[in-house]
Amino acid sequence: MEQLLSVLIGVLVASSVYLMLARNLLRFLFGLILLSNAANLTIFVAGRLTPGAPPLVPDGLDAPIGDVANALPQALVLTAIVIGFGLFAFALILAFRAYQSLGTLNTDEMRVAEPKEN
Amino acid sequence: MDTSTPTRWITPAGLIPVAIAGGLFIWFAQMIPVIGGGDTLRYVWEWVPSLGVNVSIYIDGLSLTFALLITGIGALVMLYSARYLAGHVHQARFSLYLTSFMLAMIGLVISDNLLALFVFWELTTITSYLLIGFSHDTAKARRSALQALMMTGVGGLALLAGIILIGTTAGTFEMSEINAMDGVLKDSVMYLPIVLLVLAGAFTKSAQMPFHFWLPNAMAAPTPVSAYLHSATMVKAGVYLMARTHPSLAGTDFWLWTLTIFGAVTMVFASIMALRQTDLKLALAYTTLMALGALTLLLGNESGYTITAAATFLVVHSLYKAALFLVVGILDAQTGTRDANSLFGLARALPITATAAAIAAFSMAGFPPFLGFIGKELKYAGAIAVASEPIFVAGAVLISSALMVAIAGIVSFRPFWSKSGTPIPNVKEAPWPMLVGPVVLAILGAFFGIFPETLATTLVNPTVAAIIGNAEPAKELKLWAGVNLPLFLSIATFVLGFTIYYYKQKLRGILIGMTTRGPSFDNGWDKLMAGIASGSKALTRTIQTGVLYHYMIVTFGTALAVLAVTLWFRSTGIPAMGVPQVELWDWLVFLLVLLGAVLTLITNSRITAIAGLGVVGIGMAMIFILYSAPDVAITQLLVETLVVVLFAAAALKLPHLTPEPLSRRWLDALIAIGLGVVTTVILLKVTTGPIDRELTTFFETSSWPEAFGQNIVNVILVDFRALDTFGEIAVVLIAAISIFALLKAKPEEEK
Amino acid sequence: MNSVILIAGARLQAVLLLVFSAYMLLRGHNAPGGGFIGGLIAATGFVVYAIACGTADARKALRFDPGSIAGAGLGIALFAGLMAALWGDALFTGQWLFIGATEDDKGIPLSTVLIFDIGVYLVVLGAVLSIAFSLEEAV
Repeated sequence: MEQLLSVLIGVLVASSVYLMLARNLLRFLFGLILLSNAANLTIFVAGRLTPGAPPLVPDGLDAPIGDVANALPQALVLTAIVIGFGLFAFALILAFRAYQSLGTLNTDEMRVAEPKEN
Repeated sequence: MDTSTPTRWITPAGLIPVAIAGGLFIWFAQMIPVIGGGDTLRYVWEWVPSLGVNVSIYIDGLSLTFALLITGIGALVMLYSARYLAGHVHQARFSLYLTSFMLAMIGLVISDNLLALFVFWELTTITSYLLIGFSHDTAKARRSALQALMMTGVGGLALLAGIILIGTTAGTFEMSEINAMDGVLKDSVMYLPIVLLVLAGAFTKSAQMPFHFWLPNAMAAPTPVSAYLHSATMVKAGVYLMARTHPSLAGTDFWLWTLTIFGAVTMVFASIMALRQTDLKLALAYTTLMALGALTLLLGNESGYTITAAATFLVVHSLYKAALFLVVGILDAQTGTRDANSLFGLARALPITATAAAIAAFSMAGFPPFLGFIGKELKYAGAIAVASEPIFVAGAVLISSALMVAIAGIVSFRPFWSKSGTPIPNVKEAPWPMLVGPVVLAILGAFFGIFPETLATTLVNPTVAAIIGNAEPAKELKLWAGVNLPLFLSIATFVLGFTIYYYKQKLRGILIGMTTRGPSFDNGWDKLMAGIASGSKALTRTIQTGVLYHYMIVTFGTALAVLAVTLWFRSTGIPAMGVPQVELWDWLVFLLVLLGAVLTLITNSRITAIAGLGVVGIGMAMIFILYSAPDVAITQLLVETLVVVLFAAAALKLPHLTPEPLSRRWLDALIAIGLGVVTTVILLKVTTGPIDRELTTFFETSSWPEAFGQNIVNVILVDFRALDTFGEIAVVLIAAISIFALLKAKPEEEK
Repeated sequence: MNSVILIAGARLQAVLLLVFSAYMLLRGHNAPGGGFIGGLIAATGFVVYAIACGTADARKALRFDPGSIAGAGLGIALFAGLMAALWGDALFTGQWLFIGATEDDKGIPLSTVLIFDIGVYLVVLGAVLSIAFSLEEAV
């Protein structure tokens, strides 16, 4: 399954990069979400996949029996998801406010900070 | 300023610096017997042991000579300033700067560790900047201060690089240890870069041609500063550095020729330029340049004569030059002008000043029985001892010494004794605190001239020993060395000097005509600065286009290039893949996420895109469920829900998507596909390689026994890595606050 | 949206989700759950409530300003981390107190770790609601 997911992550990365290179800020945001999904999945897959064995210590034992799923990437991904949400929400509101102020979502026309010279 | 009206000058701001400098002078003076006896002192405290930075004090003849000059002249100059600046609004600030400078300068000369030396070096640059810009309400002072800061600062950076090279080559930053390792730098391949970098620092600090122009401009500082920093001490830091590194770096043709040429050119150029000036302070500034050139020239060699000459001249020059600067300060303060063409016959009005000026000037011109005479004789002897090109060096010394005679006349004879003009009326003698400095310094010059042995045994011989290893080759200092070549050269100097003095007006006219037509270093500096400013502006314009697309394509393009190149060179081929174990469920999830991604990619409808993203998110959650990550899966589902809700709320207020056809975006597509492929390949390699589960094993075995939690993921989050989690929730809160601020701020009125 | 059924349902659901979120928070140390998940569940409940009844009602039902909740949560988490200093441990070291513990039974475990997780819960709840409410009000 790692191989299949590696391919899937490649597809997600390619899609997100293509979307983030678009001139429309909304597409950029779509790309941002896909990219954070791809990044989370990368961490998860790099820690290896273990089906049907969550990282829990059974009652009365000191450590899990046998191979359980890698807990470390799970902890990383969990916080990454929440942080990613914060990032996305901020980017979304920024785009929203930029549209309210500038009247466009075309990033080529958003040049208040560095206006075009001549 | 008018010092004739009595001003309250006995103030803490005026006198505390004098006490500090005087106390330090006494402290250093009591070391004379030890150092003069041939010993050295060294104290070491560890400061940053991991970087090999120590606070180490090393006192030998060289350090002690400098330290005594710094504190001795410092005490006199500070007493002078206490009166000179009495009643000035910023007198306290001035005292603080000057005292800080003095402490930094002492640190510079007694540090054994090169990195500590560098720190003090930069501190003297900064305090010098503050002092030159003391009259910060004039544009000239600000410009001069900045120019000095930039010149010496750039040199300082070069020096830092040189020091790091020295440290890595020798394995230590302690200069005394490096000097004890015979040839460790000279025989290394890094010798040339080290010398170039160290000399870049020394030449900018000691104002050698063509880095000299900041020094005359630095005369914008109050006169005591010019006397102290820009004549007696700070500008000699470069000389100190060359002397300090002399045992490790000198002795090669490269060192010899670089120092000889730079020194000689500076010396001659500066003494000619000095003749051109009518401002007495500027004339003195150029003679300082000449002295620095002479010292550089002498330090190029290794012979006992030249080094003795350097050590003696160092002391001589500091004494007479500081005295003369202070005299010019008195003239300025009492008459209101420093113009050579309006000061005549003031000896009657300023008898003590005139006497001090005369004694100092005799020393400067090199008349017997003053110390300057011995210094000059030694310079000639040293120049003749230069094995390679004695005529060139001796000629340069002759020209500049003759000019010194003429300039000593202009600065100290004409204003006081000349009858070619009428003296300014109603001039009163300066108050005693301002007289002590010039008088003491001038008398010391005479005293050491008559009793040269006292200077030789206490300071000069130990300094020579510090520079060339032992004091044996040090030459005796004596007034009468017999009838020899240096004596004839001395006589020639006086004849030539008097001739120049006699024709000075004509010569000055010619020089002014020549220099105004020639290229000016100062203008060149302005052009350079303007060029840097416009260059950086153009560069910023190129990099910071303000177009998001440019930033993104550069970022992704670079990422692709770096990853692809690394893969290409470091890769061991495509990993062998067994038949993947893929269940039906896996395929379904795979297709689901694929469908969502492609939908988002191709659609021109906002709703469809959001739905596509939702599908991807749900698919992700399913992957987490299938592969034993219940916590992550729940979080993913909840966040996905919120993302869709927020997106739906905001995106529908945004305009429709316009199509961006693939035909116009083939480059974007290429980069995107490239990055996708590279990511996949890297992941395939990672997942088929070995994995280190050490950390995971630790968490698994300690989660229950040590942290009393069965859910390992949660235990990591709230216990093992709680500080990280704390940082993360802080970020979430900051995002919320930023969003709140963005939304609640009123949109500006659109035109 | 003036659907009576939706409004009634959303109210009920918000209460249920709030209780459920507390349950998820408290069991988090030993089973799937915890502060992040609990906070998100509670936030989801209020977001649905806001969609159904409007943000004004939702803010009233929440009683506290979401930004203040998040700030308080961060403070609580920091407090939990600093408490380790009282026992002379490194910051953010968990401290445990087992009330009525016997040989076989842990009794009621109280810990700074739980306090920390409550802080996380409040930050997530407050931050998400602050974002959602202000966005709803802006559009």
